[in-house]
Amino acid sequence: MRYLPLTNNDRQAMLATIGAASIDDLFIDVPEEARLKGPIPGLPMHASEMAVERHFSAMARKNMAAAHHPFFLGAGAYKHHVPASVDHLIQRGEFLTAYTPYQPEIAQGTLQMLFEFQTQVARLFGCDVANASMYDGSTACWEAIGMAGRVTKRSKAVISSGLHPHYVSVAKTMARFTGDTLDLATLDMVQSDTPRLLNAIDDETSCVVVQYPDILGRIEDLSAIAHKAHEHGALLIAVVTEPVALGAIKSPGEMGADIVVGEGQSLGVGLQFGGPYVGLFACKEKFVRQMPGRLCGQTVDAEGKRGFVLTLSTREQHIRREKATSNICTNSGLCALAFSIHMSLLGERGLRDLAALNHARAVQAAQRLAQIPGVTLVNDSFFNEFTLKLPVNARDVVHKLAAKKVLGGVSLGRLYPGEAALENGLLVAVTEVVSEEDIETFAAALQEVLA
Amino acid sequence: MTRYFTDEHEWIEVEGTTATVGITDYAQGQLGDIVFAEVPAVGTTLSKGGDAAVVESVKAASDVYAPVSGTVTEGNDALADDPALVNSDPEGAGWFFKLELSDPSELDGLMDAAAYKAFVDSL
Amino acid sequence: MSTVNASGWRPEMGQSDVMAAETYTGNRALMLEEALIFEIGDSHTTGVDFDAAPKVQSRLGGLERNREIGLPGLSEPETVRHYTRLSRQNYAIDLGLFPLGSCTMKHNPRLNEKVARMKGFIDVHPLQPQETVQGALQVINELAHWLIDLTGMHGVAMSPKAGAHGELCGILAIKAALDARGEDRPVILVPESAHGTNPATAAFAGFSVENIPATPEGRVDVAALKARLGPDVAGVMITNPNTCGLFERDLKVISDAVHAAGGYVYCDGANFNAIVGRVRPGDLGVDAMHINLHKTFSTPHGGGGPGSGPVVLSEALAPYGPIPFVAKLPDGSFKLVEEEDATAMQPETFGRMTAFHGQMGMFTRALSYIMSHGADGLRQVAEDAVLNANYVLRSLEGTLEAPFGASGPCMHEALFTDNGLAEGFSTLDVAKGLIDEGYHPMTVYFPLVVHGAMLVEPTETESKAALDQFIGALRSVANRAKQGDPSLKSAPHHAPRRRLDETLAARKPMLVWKEADLSVAAE
Repeated sequence: MRYLPLTNNDRQAMLATIGAASIDDLFIDVPEEARLKGPIPGLPMHASEMAVERHFSAMARKNMAAAHHPFFLGAGAYKHHVPASVDHLIQRGEFLTAYTPYQPEIAQGTLQMLFEFQTQVARLFGCDVANASMYDGSTACWEAIGMAGRVTKRSKAVISSGLHPHYVSVAKTMARFTGDTLDLATLDMVQSDTPRLLNAIDDETSCVVVQYPDILGRIEDLSAIAHKAHEHGALLIAVVTEPVALGAIKSPGEMGADIVVGEGQSLGVGLQFGGPYVGLFACKEKFVRQMPGRLCGQTVDAEGKRGFVLTLSTREQHIRREKATSNICTNSGLCALAFSIHMSLLGERGLRDLAALNHARAVQAAQRLAQIPGVTLVNDSFFNEFTLKLPVNARDVVHKLAAKKVLGGVSLGRLYPGEAALENGLLVAVTEVVSEEDIETFAAALQEVLA
Repeated sequence: MTRYFTDEHEWIEVEGTTATVGITDYAQGQLGDIVFAEVPAVGTTLSKGGDAAVVESVKAASDVYAPVSGTVTEGNDALADDPALVNSDPEGAGWFFKLELSDPSELDGLMDAAAYKAFVDSL
Repeated sequence: MSTVNASGWRPEMGQSDVMAAETYTGNRALMLEEALIFEIGDSHTTGVDFDAAPKVQSRLGGLERNREIGLPGLSEPETVRHYTRLSRQNYAIDLGLFPLGSCTMKHNPRLNEKVARMKGFIDVHPLQPQETVQGALQVINELAHWLIDLTGMHGVAMSPKAGAHGELCGILAIKAALDARGEDRPVILVPESAHGTNPATAAFAGFSVENIPATPEGRVDVAALKARLGPDVAGVMITNPNTCGLFERDLKVISDAVHAAGGYVYCDGANFNAIVGRVRPGDLGVDAMHINLHKTFSTPHGGGGPGSGPVVLSEALAPYGPIPFVAKLPDGSFKLVEEEDATAMQPETFGRMTAFHGQMGMFTRALSYIMSHGADGLRQVAEDAVLNANYVLRSLEGTLEAPFGASGPCMHEALFTDNGLAEGFSTLDVAKGLIDEGYHPMTVYFPLVVHGAMLVEPTETESKAALDQFIGALRSVANRAKQGDPSLKSAPHHAPRRRLDETLAARKPMLVWKEADLSVAAE
């Protein structure tokens, strides 16, 4: 078997060294009843590389890949063009097959990269510090709510109706077990949720959670919410599911957010059918010791040379055990690397250009699609994602578009099943991968479907 | 002023009904370089044997217990800027907090310096 | 005061010694120093070319970002060189044996990478209409069935994003099951040798944690556990094989006792590599077990993640498992079951744990690995893993003390202590000495129940020659530590960096780069 280097001669020699007659002697502690006599029945035996590849190719061909069709889906995962060098670099064995950098002398590659990543995230978000990443945006969002609870010693979180419904669902699941109270509301396509949020903040509030841009793509100033939250000793948590937006619009940190979390998938990572992704987590300096997740810090070695180490580990589960800040063990290392490489290639100039191109395409698309009879643009403001109101149920429309080989956005019905007031809503994302031709193809197909 | 010791390696220096609490030289030696110390807020009520403070080295975190019950009157702010004080002067400037005793009779069970030294030697 | 971590670990910097003449660059032949991107790049350089954006009227709501962000850019050649140089400062499985106990650092097959990158898997959006992603859903379903069959369990939750997330899933399923029974059982029992995620997870879910002691033979004290069971105990979190590398012989006895007392058994599956294909946790009474795909099933560690932690569930717990999950319908098609179908298909679910539906990139890799090995290959994996660990254990007899070596074989990992090292020499020194020999150190100071623990897990993908060389190296370093060789105290000497000042990093945390910080003053 190609992955197992031991030969039968090796095995015999090693058993002799050990003083065991057979391999079964080494499994002597397994109770008789639980011992399997041979390979588990009913399962296939080993397969050649070729056979495995063939099986996977067949399954892969059954899927409509974004690159092969006009593609307009967003809702928390975005298709951007990832430069060719990113994937080559992350496949270097020293990155791909390295472990968590607990022995820093032989992990400076990973550690320096994490230090750069933390700095990039903190600056992008307009915050003082950032951690070495989390599983994804939704779990980072929940961790931020937990952190706000620890900092304020309160347990009531006010959640904006514009927060991604999956993120809300995760928070609801976790709150059920931690006993936190979540102040929630139904999404409205027309009204802003800000008045309700401002009204809900009081001295029992631990945090206010606002997505920026929100699930419908709307962009609102967070300053007033930050101000009111601070007046009452509460924290503002901003959630960014599309970090490329921050190449064009103000950072949440600038507007007073205490904690900024998000999903880094847009840069370097790719769609990947939902995972692995990379959670981003940044906050103000004064909250550093309450941050969950791994942190990389700068130091010196015994010769005085600059180096990096994982630090403030005593917050983590392997030391604090039941008193840890969270049970999280891992970060999303390789995805953080991909994000960081992509960001280094872009730089500020490239990020702004990328953002400008995204916004321009989105504006073009919105204009063109709003020309279709019966279709209205819901948003006043948007970056690269906006909501259309169709004259019919949008979920059916999405399926019909798919049949015409157009991946035409995410219906609000898919995200909010059962909400009648939202069922004609269609969320459309337009990034730099969308050409003017794609927009025209989409518009023509949509017009046909609606006719 | 009298100084007592616990078998959890805290010391408590008593003057009338107020006291200062810290960890012993033996304890700081066991922990290694201290990187962080969290002291209780003024006004916190402590119970004998309950959690009072936290002290962290690079790879370990330990709870400091209250040797006796009382109310915290002061936390040592110097430890925030210089946690190394706990290593360099654990039984002096590296104190953690002061408290007002609620039940001085609880001091009866604690060790004096000689008894504590014998206790440490036996470990 | 308590000692939460009683392992005895202490940071020791060691002393610097006389070095060879410095070079102009600071480089040492192929060992290349590398600056930070903030020191190399600038805000005007970029390695990506874009078409000019068409002129449009801004719809940004007046919230344009005007201030400088502070993100340096590099050209493509500079970028490739920067990250290539960084990569060369890392140890990795691709370079050599990685003896980390509990981590299962086995070879990461490159077929996995090829398969994962097929366009139909890597370039599909999680919210695409389901009829356009049937092949992707099929991958998840096939992997789910393999995991169920390999473990002898009833159901599986695929969505947890990593092992610890999977632990949380299992514990939340237990809590949901108890809530459904209307029972309040606030206590979870955890062996004192358990990995820290176990009590952290239980505490997060609102349980209070009580420790179960170990016997002198390194296993859970069954009598003590049984004595503690009662109507206030929700269950037990157990690792099998345990963190000392030993098979918990009494696991079925424990499970029966816990079930009889109305509780559930959570098994930490981190060490599944020792028994895959030879033992099924379901046969031992386990109710929930997370599987680390990045351990037993070879998905890459990536320098710290991403992982994936699917959780296999017993018939008792399967109804409470999270959404979303993939179901196979009678017509053969695959369906992603989300919130709207929960009432019909998983009415007692405890809810959603993550956005979207799991680590698809890890599913393709793990399934590729599993299919490549098959039932016979996986069984051989466990056998070779256990053989290799026992070979290491017995080969080092007389050099290092194995606290449980006398009581029988180990499983996939061998545990040693620091007993016998010279005065003033510690496990840390052995670890740092091993670095100079060209190895990543074994797991140190874990589990906590043994002083100065050294946990060695070679895995099955090491040849006998590789093992022999490693054994020789560890023997050499251990003997130096036993003899009190002073040069060990300042090891490593040959790594890209000497010992790093972790105390400074914790006392004065510098977590981001700042223009003013051009040098760091050591204390």
